[in-house]
Amino acid sequence: MIERSYEKFFRKNRLPHLWCPGCGNGIVMKAIVQAIEKNPNFTQDNTVIVSGIGCSSRASGYMDFDTLHTAHGRAIPFATGVKLARPELNVIVITGDGDCTAIGGNHFIHGCRRNVDLTVILFNNNIYGMTGGQASPMTPLGKKATTAPYGSVDRPFDACKLAEAAGATYVARSTAFHVQHLVKTIEDGLNNRGFSFIEALVQCPTAYGRRNKMGDPAKMMAWMRDNAVMKNSWDKLPDEKKTGDKFPIGLFYQAQTESYDAAYQHVREIAGGVKQ
Amino acid sequence: MSARLMQGNEAIAEGALAAGVRFFGGYPITPSTEIAESLAKLLPKVGGTFVQMEDEIASMGVVLGASLAGKKVLTASSGPGISLKQELIGYASAAEIPAVIVNVQRVGPSTGQPTAPSQGDVMQARWGTHGDHSIIVLSPWSVREAFDIAVKSVNYAERFRVPVILLTDEIVGHLRENVELPAEVEIYPRRLPKISRAEGYEPYAPDEDLVPNVANFGEGFHIHVTGLIHDETGFPVGSPKITREAIKRMHEKISRAQDEIIEVHQEFMDDAQFAVVSFGGTARTAYEAVLNARKRGQKVGFVRLITIFPFAEKILRELSKNLRGLVVAELNFGQIVNEVERAVKNCPVKLCAKYDMTIFEPEEIEASIDELIAEVNAK
Repeated sequence: MIERSYEKFFRKNRLPHLWCPGCGNGIVMKAIVQAIEKNPNFTQDNTVIVSGIGCSSRASGYMDFDTLHTAHGRAIPFATGVKLARPELNVIVITGDGDCTAIGGNHFIHGCRRNVDLTVILFNNNIYGMTGGQASPMTPLGKKATTAPYGSVDRPFDACKLAEAAGATYVARSTAFHVQHLVKTIEDGLNNRGFSFIEALVQCPTAYGRRNKMGDPAKMMAWMRDNAVMKNSWDKLPDEKKTGDKFPIGLFYQAQTESYDAAYQHVREIAGGVKQ
Repeated sequence: MSARLMQGNEAIAEGALAAGVRFFGGYPITPSTEIAESLAKLLPKVGGTFVQMEDEIASMGVVLGASLAGKKVLTASSGPGISLKQELIGYASAAEIPAVIVNVQRVGPSTGQPTAPSQGDVMQARWGTHGDHSIIVLSPWSVREAFDIAVKSVNYAERFRVPVILLTDEIVGHLRENVELPAEVEIYPRRLPKISRAEGYEPYAPDEDLVPNVANFGEGFHIHVTGLIHDETGFPVGSPKITREAIKRMHEKISRAQDEIIEVHQEFMDDAQFAVVSFGGTARTAYEAVLNARKRGQKVGFVRLITIFPFAEKILRELSKNLRGLVVAELNFGQIVNEVERAVKNCPVKLCAKYDMTIFEPEEIEASIDELIAEVNAK
C-alpha cells in the first residue's frame, strides 16, 4: 500500500473537492502539502493558508490549517496583515491567474516590492475557470475564451518576469506534469525568507482545453512535458528555437534581501519600542 | 495628566492606542492623514505595526488579516478612499472580523472639493457595502470626544465582531483643542474560544449574545474564514435556512444591544417646544444656535446623535411627543433627515442643509429655527 502521510494535511470531511475531473489544481494542492511535510518549521498549527477567489482559491478550504478564503484579488494584502501581525507564523498564498494578475495585480507587484515573507503559489490555468472560461491576463495570444471567441488579442503577462522586476526574492515556474520538480520548487520557495513567487501551470480541460482543442487532460499534460524547457537548457537555446509553445521552467531568480517583517523590527528598535 | 493641545485626528490615534490597537494599515488622503502619521510614529514604540499599503483596498485587507491574527486594528481614510474600502468592509461584516474604519469626511462625490468639510457620507457609512449587513457608526463633536469615541469604536468592534465606522469630519479632524486624556480606559478584550477542538469547538457558533468567539490564527484551532455565507463551522453552505439564519443573526447581534449602543446628547429639553438635531462638527454650531435662540426666549432644545447607527429611532420618537417641531442640521444635501422623518410622527421636521464647502454659521441654523417656529405658529 502506498503511504500517503501527506493526507493528514487535508480536511477529509471537506473532500471530495469541487474541481472538474482532470483539473490540475489538485496536483498543485498536493505538491504544496508535500513541500510543507518536508519542512519541519511548517506545522499545521503555525501555518496559515490564504487564498483569493476562483477555482484554485477553493484549495484553502480543503487544507487542515488556519485558512483564509478572502475576496477576489485580495489574498496578498490579507496575508501581509497576518504575517506582519504574527511574524512567527508561516503564510502561504494560493491564487489564480485572474485573481493574482488582473484584479489583484496591484497587490501582487507591491507584495513583491515589499518583500514580506510570504510564499505565493499561482495556479495558472490560463483562464477564468469558475465563471466559465473568460480570458485572463495570462491567456496566451490567439487562444479562445468565452470573452475572446475569435482568439485573444490581449497580450498576456509573464507573471515570473513581472514578479522578478517588481522585487520578489524567489521566482520560479513549474507545471502539474513535473510533479517532483514542482514539489522541490515549492519547498525552496517555503525556505526563502522573503516574498517567494511560484507559477504552477495547470490544465483546465473544461473551460480552456476543450475550447482550444487541446485534447483530454492527459494530452494537456503531455503538452506541458513536450514544451516546458528547464531554465539551464532554455538559456542555451538560440532565440530562433524559443518558438511556438516552448516556455521555460525552473528557478529564475533568487536574492538574499531582508524581508519587510524583519526590517520592521529595526523600526521598532529605533522608535525605542519593545521587541515583539 | 497635564493638558495637551492636539487635533481631533491625533486624538483618534491616541484613543485607538489606549484601547489596545496595535496594527494600522493605511493610504495617504487628506483630511485623514494625521491619523496615519501619528500611528506611524506611535505604534512601533509599543511593539505595534504600521504599514502604508499600495491602495485603500489593500489597507482594508491588511488590517483584516492582522485582526484575524489577533491584533486590534484600525484604518483611516476619507471620501474616495472610503468608497474603495467598501468591498472589504463587507468582508469584515460577513466574516465577522473586528476592525475600526475612520472616515474623516470631506466634500464629495468623487474627488469633490478637497478637502473642505462635509457630512455627506452618512448613508454610505450605513449602506456603503453591498448586501444586507449591520454596522455601528459613531460620530464625535470635540477633540476629547474623538479620543473617547475611538476607544468605544475599538471596544464595540471587538465585542460584536463587526466593522465600526468612526464617522468624523474635517471640522473635528483638524480642530485643535486643549485636552486632558485619561491615564487608563476600559478595554473590551479580544473574544476567545471557550471550549477546545476536542470539546466540539466551532468558530462561528454564536455565544449567548449571538456573537461568535472566533479563534485567532496560530492557536491550533485550524479555523476556516470566508466571505461566503457559512454555517457555524465557518464553511460555506448553499442552504436557504443557513443563509436566512446567518443574515438574521448578524443583524440581531447589534439590534438586541442597541439600547446600550445608542447614545444621544440632549440639553435644554425639559422646557423645549422645538429642538435642533445634529451630529459631529455641525453640532458645535448647532449648540451655539440653540443658545442664541434661548437667549431670545425661544424654547429650543439641543439633540446630538453620538451614535448614528443603529439609529436613535425610539429616543427621537419619544422626544418628539413633547415637541412642536424639529430642525435637522447637517452638512450635506439631506441624509440623516430621512431617518429622523421616519422616526418622528408627531411634529414637522425641517431640514437645514449646507453643501458649499463651508461650515454652518450659527445664524443659518437660527434662521431655520425661526422659519420652523413661524410655520408651526401659522398652522
